[in-house]
Amino acid sequence: MAKNISFTIKFWRQNGPKDAGHFDTHEMHDIPDDTSFLEMLDILNEELINEGKEPFVFDHDCREGICGMCSLYINGTPHGLTERGATTCQLYMRRFNDGDVITVEPWRSAAFPVIKDCMVDRNAFDKIIQAGGYTTIRTGQAQDANAILIPKEDADEAMDCASCIGCGACVAACKNGSAMLFVSSKVSQLALLPQGRVEAARRVKNMIAKMDELGFGNCTNTRACEAVCPKNETIANIARLNREMIKAKMAD
Amino acid sequence: MWLLNSSIGRKVVMSVTGIALILFLTFHCAMNIVALFSGEAYNTICELLGANWYALVATMGLAALAVIHIVFAFILTAQNRKARGNSRYEVSTTVNPGKVEWASKNMLVLGLIILIGLLVHLQNFWYNMMFAEIAGFTNGHSPADGFAFIIDTFSHWPLVVLYLVWFAAIWFHLAHGFWSAMQTLGLSGKIWLKRMQCFGLIYVTLLMLGFTVVVLGFYFGCAPSLDCCPDGACCEAAAVCCQ
Repeated sequence: MAKNISFTIKFWRQNGPKDAGHFDTHEMHDIPDDTSFLEMLDILNEELINEGKEPFVFDHDCREGICGMCSLYINGTPHGLTERGATTCQLYMRRFNDGDVITVEPWRSAAFPVIKDCMVDRNAFDKIIQAGGYTTIRTGQAQDANAILIPKEDADEAMDCASCIGCGACVAACKNGSAMLFVSSKVSQLALLPQGRVEAARRVKNMIAKMDELGFGNCTNTRACEAVCPKNETIANIARLNREMIKAKMAD
Repeated sequence: MWLLNSSIGRKVVMSVTGIALILFLTFHCAMNIVALFSGEAYNTICELLGANWYALVATMGLAALAVIHIVFAFILTAQNRKARGNSRYEVSTTVNPGKVEWASKNMLVLGLIILIGLLVHLQNFWYNMMFAEIAGFTNGHSPADGFAFIIDTFSHWPLVVLYLVWFAAIWFHLAHGFWSAMQTLGLSGKIWLKRMQCFGLIYVTLLMLGFTVVVLGFYFGCAPSLDCCPDGACCEAAAVCCQ
């Protein structure tokens, strides 16, 4: 049975990267508990607009957990306490109780400057991908489906790595602001396949160099990233990344 | 030099020096266990490791390993704090309690406790033994009489407590450090991660138990090597009657 809940929402306000920022609070009344978290924020914004206040800015797009745009740090957890394998857009109000204080913060990391309120600039991830997260191929005619044989296990593993949506929850949760889970997933998805192996050494070196240049921290294996990853990426990917990097550097 | 310039390179340096230090601890533990059974045998080892050229070279190497490990720890931590940025979360991460090891978030603090313990330990033994031999002074006992220094040191309860706290800090540091080093070197994966964690935990626990048994054995006077008096009542007077 759906019921309605009332609670206080405490949300982060910040006018651009240089602003110090502060929390605003708002009382929410009678929100049905089958409302999604983002729908609740839409209701919040309508109320704010009706009161003549500026709406609260946050990132969102597909609202079905596959685009990686939503990025809220809710009550001390990136994407909130959702089911494992879900993003903010798939967090529902039934996860909260009547009378709760819900704190909403942006991803806080030097490499992800705040654009406004809880919308952060995650361009750094795109730059890492541009540094090598692709295969250089001449696109000609499509070749025979089975011209290159790939074991099922490898294909599955590569697919699991490729399911990383680049939302940045790993960086947000990491006490070191490290992007290793993201980079390792993106290196792994290609390193596991024969098409990607050709450029594996160059790719890992370039992507790591870009990651360091952009100011992400060093991994200390706390595993906070895999505990919050909405796509269930594991630190086995990070071990693979380390292996690929060491192998590439040894071959220099 | 990728070992200095890249994040993974610096981590590789941390893991290799860390593993080397664990190997040294293993050797040290084995040496201590000897003291449990025979003071004479222990002193033979001490003599072998006195101010001989090979022992000096090995000591320098060991010191270099420790210094590199500590310096890199500070560099990495400084970089990580910078990467984290200046704004802190209002609500600190509460996700999945138990998923993140306590030790993994406190390696630097544990390391600093270990460093303080190490300085006390060097003062207790190294200063009175190898350094005394080089500098040509004696502090109570002959520099090669390590057994006498053990009996002396572990007859004071504050030092015993300090050593036990020190061992606990090392246990926590290594409980995370061992598998973490393997992970950084890429010797891990979905299956091997669990194996490395299990092996590391057993290894580190046995290692630290080895150190603890020796300290307690001498404090309570029940180390077999102390059993030298005819009437067996030599706890307090062990230092005297063994000579």
